[in-house]
Amino acid sequence: MKKLLLGNYAVARGCYEAGVKVATAYPGTPSTEITEAIAQYDEIYCEWAPNEKVALEVAIGAAIYGKRAICSMKHVGLNVAADPLFTASYTGINAGLLIAVADDPGMHSSQNEQDTRNIAKAAKVPVLEPADSQECIDFVKIGFEISEKFDTPVILRLTTRVAHSQSVVEERPREEVLFKYKKDIQKYVMMPAMARSRHEFVERRLKSLKEFSETLGINKIEQGTRKIAFITSGIAYQYVREAYPDAWVLKLGMVWPLPERLIKDFCSQFEKVYVVEELDPFLEENIKAMGINNIVGKEIFKLTGEYSPSFIKRAVENNEIEVPYKVKQTLPPRLPVLCPGCPHRGIFYVLSRLKDVIITGDIGCYTLGALSPFNAMDSCVCMGASIGMAHGISNASDKKQKVIAVIGDSTFVHSGIPGIIDAVYNGSDILVMILDNSTTGMTGHQDHPATGYTIKGEPTYKLDIVSLCKALGCVAVEEINPYKIKENVEKIKQLLDLPGVKVVIAKAPCRLHRRYKFTISKRYIDFEKCKNCRLCLSLGCPAISLKDKPTIDANLCLACGMCEDVCKFGAISSQKEQ
Amino acid sequence: MKKNINILVVGVGGQGNILFSKILGEVLLNAGYDVKISEVHGMAQRGGSVVTYVKAGEKVFSPLVDRAEADYILAFEKLEALRWLEYLKNNGILIYSDYEIPPLSVITGAYEYPDVEKILQTVGVKACRVEVKKLLSQLGNSRVQNTLMLGFFSRFLDIDEALFKKSIERNVKKEFIEINLKAFELGRRIEMCEVEK
Ligand code: SF4
Ligand code: SF4
Repeated sequence: MKKLLLGNYAVARGCYEAGVKVATAYPGTPSTEITEAIAQYDEIYCEWAPNEKVALEVAIGAAIYGKRAICSMKHVGLNVAADPLFTASYTGINAGLLIAVADDPGMHSSQNEQDTRNIAKAAKVPVLEPADSQECIDFVKIGFEISEKFDTPVILRLTTRVAHSQSVVEERPREEVLFKYKKDIQKYVMMPAMARSRHEFVERRLKSLKEFSETLGINKIEQGTRKIAFITSGIAYQYVREAYPDAWVLKLGMVWPLPERLIKDFCSQFEKVYVVEELDPFLEENIKAMGINNIVGKEIFKLTGEYSPSFIKRAVENNEIEVPYKVKQTLPPRLPVLCPGCPHRGIFYVLSRLKDVIITGDIGCYTLGALSPFNAMDSCVCMGASIGMAHGISNASDKKQKVIAVIGDSTFVHSGIPGIIDAVYNGSDILVMILDNSTTGMTGHQDHPATGYTIKGEPTYKLDIVSLCKALGCVAVEEINPYKIKENVEKIKQLLDLPGVKVVIAKAPCRLHRRYKFTISKRYIDFEKCKNCRLCLSLGCPAISLKDKPTIDANLCLACGMCEDVCKFGAISSQKEQ
Repeated sequence: MKKNINILVVGVGGQGNILFSKILGEVLLNAGYDVKISEVHGMAQRGGSVVTYVKAGEKVFSPLVDRAEADYILAFEKLEALRWLEYLKNNGILIYSDYEIPPLSVITGAYEYPDVEKILQTVGVKACRVEVKKLLSQLGNSRVQNTLMLGFFSRFLDIDEALFKKSIERNVKKEFIEINLKAFELGRRIEMCEVEK
């Protein structure tokens, strides 16, 4: 039966059909649904790891033991996992190992736009790039075959518009695959003597992969009727096809290593060939390096952001689209905001009222604290960076500058812990605020080691962040209720003045999490008592807006009570007036 | 030959436009079209402006709809209808809800919520306004705007009503099927606007 399937779900389906036994990941948009969907299959062991490096190590172990394994992450996650990747390229695998990496051209939800093909090339592993959901299923299977045939990890590169698009697929049954574990020190123990010969192996492997790519069916020429030609892959292929249905297209399913003869033959038939790829000129540079010069690439196609069919058409034909309906005035922007009832709101409200403090931020929902109305964040670099940066800033100021690092619970487990160890060890004076909402909020409520639940929702040992921070040597570790704004202002000021590394854990579950039930008593504003000072508006709660005076929309209010704490005139309560 | 249909579904994160697109996409698939849907996830969902594309045709390549390419824009929020208007093709139809969700920039007083009706008139676009607020209060449920809009929109497509209902039944949680079907029917019975097909 034909059905519509999200690209990420199709990757999961492909894994099921390919007999995968182990799946690991740390959640990250746009890759998250791969592992969530795999968790629905009882045949596959599946886990959230604390970070991508650990996730990949688990998958490498499983593959070497003889079980097909997949590890999924977003592009920035591959930086974290780069260390094991580069050496797994040397050891090779036993049963197949696939690493699904989702790039995010256009940065819909990422801190940078990076191109995974560069890391894959540096690690000397092959890369497959599907262009729709059916290819996601097919390429997973081909990926495992290549992985096993050439003894290599294989990267499946997705981009947002493949990962998060639904297109038509046909599902097939699962096939079990069997491999046995064999102890092999020469292959799996990478100390210099053995690694040297493995490096030779890696270079030979790349050569045979290149040879193989010439005849690999997913690198294919589609004949056209018009004398215009493209080399492309992945989602860019779809854009080209739509813009130029009658063009010649060399569609590359494997984008590293490249089929040199096929490309040379193709290019020799045309006066010029357009190379269309989002992000870096990866294909372009590697094709030029083959000595082919009749290609046109980044001199007309942009290096940043997403492409589209009309973008390609405009670039090739050098013209503009005409827009029939246009609104002339500037519209009010609608930026993302913390949800109504979000526990982070109270903390950022307090932080926005502190003077002369630098606040280093981190990756998660709470990154939104950097935006209006709080503007309470000075930096946001990568997972776990807040703590190290806070320590760096404090040191650079000879400890004169007060610094607060803000990090979520999931991010703290991901890579915040070593930062604390460093700060304590080096006698830092920073305050670390762990905003513990008992989940991974931004990516859609995934569990992690401090929630006490596995990816399948089964109860497990719950990492105790308080005792952990004490054990790491922090001088003060306190839990606070983020909704108690008045109390928290004082508490945070006091702690900020103490020497040493202090930790405040602002603990309250995400208001939108299915697991937690809240006793709801919505808040209302008593217009008699309201002095129209509008202080409550500075909370930035989407439920409170300004009519003549501030008003609370009962449809949106999640009854967190924070506004009641902020109003100086006692105008807000759970009593509905009139 | 199935003719190509490009649809933009716009609104505010959390309004259910991914579910709407999924239901509509399945209807189109079962009606014999090739279909692609492109969704938005991540930061944009936290109350930001979001867009989802639904494309159907004999064969669909790109999942994206670009400026001046949409046959229909379905806006679940009034201001968002304006924001995405450039995506409408010449003689395309805008179907928008009268629902207003002021963005933070309006709440804090930095901007004013624009007079959407007036602007649409000056732009001169074919637009149908759906009195969602009134209809939802009739239903006594504020969370079925998407199926209500689907009911209205279903009349623009030459597709059997039963396919819509089946797709709703398959995609919403059991306990909400009834109310969603009711919303769909209510939407389908709304008096047609002037730009009727
Ligand atoms: S904080 Fe209290 S008094 Fe001030 S505007 Fe809000 S409700 Fe009115
Ligand atoms: S209106 Fe007040 S009680 Fe309701 S969610 Fe917003 S801050 Fe919390």
